[in-house]
Amino acid sequence: MIDSRSEINRIIEAARADGWVLEPDAKRIFTIAGFDVPRFTTARTPEEAIRFAGEIGYPVVAKVISPRILHKSDVGGVAVGIADAGGLAEAFRRFQGLEGFLGMIVEEMVSGIELILGAKIDFQFGPMILLGMGGTGVEIYKDVALRMAPISEKDALAMIEGLKAHRLLTGYRGAERVDLKMLTVTLLSFASLVMELSEGIESIDINPLLCSSRHCFVADARIILQKE
Amino acid sequence: MDLKPLFEPRTMAVFGVSANNYRHPANEIFNKNLLRYPVAVYGINPRGGTINGQSIHRNISEVPEEIDMAVIAVRADLVPEVITECIKAKVRSAVVISGGFAEVGRGDLQERVVAIAKEAEFPFVGPNCLGLYVPSRVDTFFLPGERMVNPVVGNVSFVSQSGGILVDQMIKFTNEGVGLAKAISIGNKALLGELDLLDYFTTDPATKVIAFYIEGFGGNEGRRFVLKAEKCGKPVVVLKTGKSPGGSKAVSSHTASLAGDYASFSAVLSQYNIVEAVNELELISFCESLSAYAKPIEGRVGIVTVSGGHGAVAVDVCAARGLLVPGLPENIREDLCKNLSPSVQDIATLTNPIDLTGSGIDEDFVATVRSFCSMEDIDCVLALLLPYIPGITSDLGAKLGGIARQCGKPLIAYVPNVEKYAMLIEGFTLNGSPVAHSIEGAVLMVDALRRNRP
Repeated sequence: MIDSRSEINRIIEAARADGWVLEPDAKRIFTIAGFDVPRFTTARTPEEAIRFAGEIGYPVVAKVISPRILHKSDVGGVAVGIADAGGLAEAFRRFQGLEGFLGMIVEEMVSGIELILGAKIDFQFGPMILLGMGGTGVEIYKDVALRMAPISEKDALAMIEGLKAHRLLTGYRGAERVDLKMLTVTLLSFASLVMELSEGIESIDINPLLCSSRHCFVADARIILQKE
Repeated sequence: MDLKPLFEPRTMAVFGVSANNYRHPANEIFNKNLLRYPVAVYGINPRGGTINGQSIHRNISEVPEEIDMAVIAVRADLVPEVITECIKAKVRSAVVISGGFAEVGRGDLQERVVAIAKEAEFPFVGPNCLGLYVPSRVDTFFLPGERMVNPVVGNVSFVSQSGGILVDQMIKFTNEGVGLAKAISIGNKALLGELDLLDYFTTDPATKVIAFYIEGFGGNEGRRFVLKAEKCGKPVVVLKTGKSPGGSKAVSSHTASLAGDYASFSAVLSQYNIVEAVNELELISFCESLSAYAKPIEGRVGIVTVSGGHGAVAVDVCAARGLLVPGLPENIREDLCKNLSPSVQDIATLTNPIDLTGSGIDEDFVATVRSFCSMEDIDCVLALLLPYIPGITSDLGAKLGGIARQCGKPLIAYVPNVEKYAMLIEGFTLNGSPVAHSIEGAVLMVDALRRNRP
């Protein structure tokens, strides 16, 4: 635990210059902290990308890695459902043209309902936890629940039940239901991680957190650090 | 720090009184306490002279008694010196009325005053505030007494960052019959802030409801506030301003954007069962009903009226706020019908809301409220009274209030705010049932009881 904590600190300190922890490193932090993260690699060349995709099997997701791109979808830096090596090489070529390109994430496709799990260090109240319906429309639907951390299991359940889209999580009209126990556990461990990390961070977005009846995956994450 | 000398002073020194400028705020404070309150008051000014026939002391050390509270209304740059003199003269507390500190960029001057006070553990309110008002005890507001409305004495204590809002709310509380225990404007809250006053009012036996007008908290102060408020055992009501985001602060994450300052504030208050009022009507309604009933309810309302329209409006507001209006079981309906007056029996609507119609009389209300009292499914009674109809008398308030008192369920009434219904209204309030002057206000009172979880 001490070792994992110092490893997390090391990753955060290394990201200070950029002002935020990029997706691959943020995912490393969540992996260390015990969260489920889809299998992925960071590829510097198209060949690396194709080799990894060959190992895990198509389709895959490709995402640009750049310290200058906070919102990847906004600049066309995300490609989902890539079916073959040609598509992957094509995505790589396209991402190379984006600002600050450092490489490409190749990741297994996982399914589930898109949630957002977030944290913010509030000036008046300190660490706050947010759960909501995620994806790219998150700021349009604004279907979120907010609590001051730490939170109890009761708070976590109330957050889930407080979402307008709550019924979408419980198998609405025959759809697959989300494992609410797993989601609760994820929320609680996220809140305790945030309490631990609160010094030096400004906010965290896990968006999407992909949840189904079998898993809750941290499919994308960024950690914004406090300006010094 | 002991705040008792502030709220219960026996002796008071007013710095800055003027022998020739009768309009000086310090003179107003001096005069009103001299003439109207049971506190020995001394005027201080290095130039001496007299005020209202009393000689002005040149220095606090000349005052023959120990002083519980100093009221300081001198130029800002003189305040550090005056505070130092007070401490030397063993004054026990102060209210700094003077402006000209952090609010105009003189944070340095304010910090000097705080440093002096902290070192001596000397409690002071302000600067840049009106100070405090305790009915029949003390009043540091520099507002001429004849311009103020005399508040009704009661059990709500109100802490406000803004003096203007405080005075305005005190007048509105009075108009609605909400009783005040203590009121304090904390201005720049350089030393004493919301947390200290929350502590004080938590143990103050005269205070049953603690209300706050808050513009914003300092770093992490909000966290400490909610943790304290949750444990204080009294209902806490908060009206917050500054809800719109100030300017277009660039926000880099979705979470930071969705969890803005006010969104976080509001979410945390409800997480800790603090009752947030989003506007004045809510503030007044919440304070009024919580000062009458501290016990939480689940919010299952029995409504009685003589107008179907009033019932319908009330049901709509209940529904919008998640309050339930449960139906009447057959046996209750039959029993109630038997107890109604013959002219009402056949025309009343005996569902919830119960509409007794314009033929209803006092005894029909009494029978209906008794039925609601007997129903386990109902935990709060709402009586919408229209005293225009001929069958309702001025005694109905006292009758219904008495029944509610006996059965132990909260009763909230709506009566139009008209002078000639005063006796009806007092009948309720003297029996401990709050009266709203709008249907919405009445439902807000019910909602406050549901949201309060002390």
